[in-house]
Amino acid sequence: MITVTDLTKRYARTTAVDHISFSVNKGDIVGFLGPNGAGKTTTMRMLTCFFPPTSGKATVAGFDVFDQSMEVRRRIGYLPEAPPLYLEMETIEYLRFVGRLKGLSGADLEKRVAYVCDRCAIADVKMKLLGKLSKGYRQRVGLAQAIIHNPDVLILDEPTAGLDPKQINETRDLIKSLAGDHTIILSTHILPEVEQTCERVIIINKGKLVATDSVQNLQARARGAESVLIEVAPRTGSLATPTVQQRLEKIAGVSRVQLKEERGPGSVFEVESDKGKLVRGDLARAIVEAGWDLNELRPSAMSLEEVFLQLTGSDTATTPEAPPAPAPPDTDAPAPEAKA
Amino acid sequence: MRNIWIICRRELSSYFTSPIAWLLLTMYSVIFGFIFWNFVGEFVKQGMEMEMMGQMQPMNINEQVIRPLLGTSSFLGLFVVPLISMRLFAEEKRNGTIELLATSPVRDIEIILGKWFAATVLYCWIILYASISFVFLFRFGNPDWKPMLITLLGVFLQGAALLAIGTFISTLTKNQIIAGALTFGACLLLWVFSWVSSYDSSTWAQVMSYMSVITHFDSFDRGVLSTKDAIYYLSVIFVGLFFTARSMESLRWRS
Repeated sequence: MITVTDLTKRYARTTAVDHISFSVNKGDIVGFLGPNGAGKTTTMRMLTCFFPPTSGKATVAGFDVFDQSMEVRRRIGYLPEAPPLYLEMETIEYLRFVGRLKGLSGADLEKRVAYVCDRCAIADVKMKLLGKLSKGYRQRVGLAQAIIHNPDVLILDEPTAGLDPKQINETRDLIKSLAGDHTIILSTHILPEVEQTCERVIIINKGKLVATDSVQNLQARARGAESVLIEVAPRTGSLATPTVQQRLEKIAGVSRVQLKEERGPGSVFEVESDKGKLVRGDLARAIVEAGWDLNELRPSAMSLEEVFLQLTGSDTATTPEAPPAPAPPDTDAPAPEAKA
Repeated sequence: MRNIWIICRRELSSYFTSPIAWLLLTMYSVIFGFIFWNFVGEFVKQGMEMEMMGQMQPMNINEQVIRPLLGTSSFLGLFVVPLISMRLFAEEKRNGTIELLATSPVRDIEIILGKWFAATVLYCWIILYASISFVFLFRFGNPDWKPMLITLLGVFLQGAALLAIGTFISTLTKNQIIAGALTFGACLLLWVFSWVSSYDSSTWAQVMSYMSVITHFDSFDRGVLSTKDAIYYLSVIFVGLFFTARSMESLRWRS
């Protein structure tokens, strides 16, 4: 559906997007991931024909974004980072305007307007001025605007930015529900979002493609082995950590046990096991049988977040003076995100 | 063509849902009405004085009321034009709605024409609305309507030309105030250029004077439809819109 070959965008002094290539199949939801300033928006703007690439080629549904721009635009629904709303218009008036702009008219237009109002749950604000809507509603009107002409491809630039956790969930559900009918590319710097909504991820950093793969593969690639964190506490007295460590190492399938932290009476160990072996039951039993308490047991599986930091972080280290405009990979941005 | 109309309609409705259009209509009508009252009062007083003194010189309502009134109209246009045109692109750039327009299956020139056309329609509407006052002249007097229409046409053409320049300036910035101020400066400059010919007759002075919008208003003001001057306004419109198109294109390449 979308093929991108050696796409490059250079500004006066910086290279925002540097020879990236990828392709997206029909019906996929693809997460476009990268820290702020990585070139996500620039890439999306080239795909939506907002501006032409400096070099390289991109096609959408077989049409070139530069030579057959009108054909591409007819097939793309685009939600920019800030929903492009005319604040002095009423919701329904606005949707009609966008519909007409995209080539709909008459009964067809009314049908689509009613459909998107229903689909994006904005029917109750139809007659309100866009300027009076809350952020969540604005975002949904933005989405409604993007799908009004039933485009083959949907391009969403940070669709959940600035929403509260409840709205984020609603928006994600909405996007997921759209997946059947449209090929979707959504950009974000929030990782749980990708883990939850997308099937495939394209990670870019400083304008360069870092990885493109399915979400599972990416997690697996960085993980290799499974590991769990356990907190063990003695029933009485204090705990002899070396004893615990030895006991745990004896369990079949455990490849490594490491003391992570001693907190008061209890201690936290990280237990790594061979890939594909589930040792959690054995661990619990062994600890209880030895007369200790098992206070906590949780997987320390590498989240996409860590994969991402690993991938983009190493890149930062090797090419410190890489061009594109700024923003250090904002490592702490995903942190406050509710992992719904 | 359809796209131009879609854009034009949205622009117009946006002028009228935000207070700009109403504000301009009100202010313009009040000022124009006041000036109308002044000119008519003067005219009536003169007429009465002449009658008392027994002189029966011919008096001409076209020359003494309508012409100076429409002259003022064209001057007031200088203030109205920036207020109309400043938001055209600057607002879209500020709100990010330009991304919607620029990624829709609409050509740039259609966007530009739609916007400029909407601005021109609003401008004409304001002038016509204030010109309702002329109905009184026709009711109680006997003015000649043909030169009046030609002068009105001149006012429209001048407005449309300045609006084309304003449209171009609006693409240059995100800030409406800056766009408005620059447009006002440009309008004023094109106005005062005409002064130079009064004391200087060098080639440069002639060129400057030719560039002035007011030089070309003279013939319309006298009620003469001059092709030369009409072409001047049309070419200013063309150049203004042409630059707007180039500016939008460079926006795409640069931004």
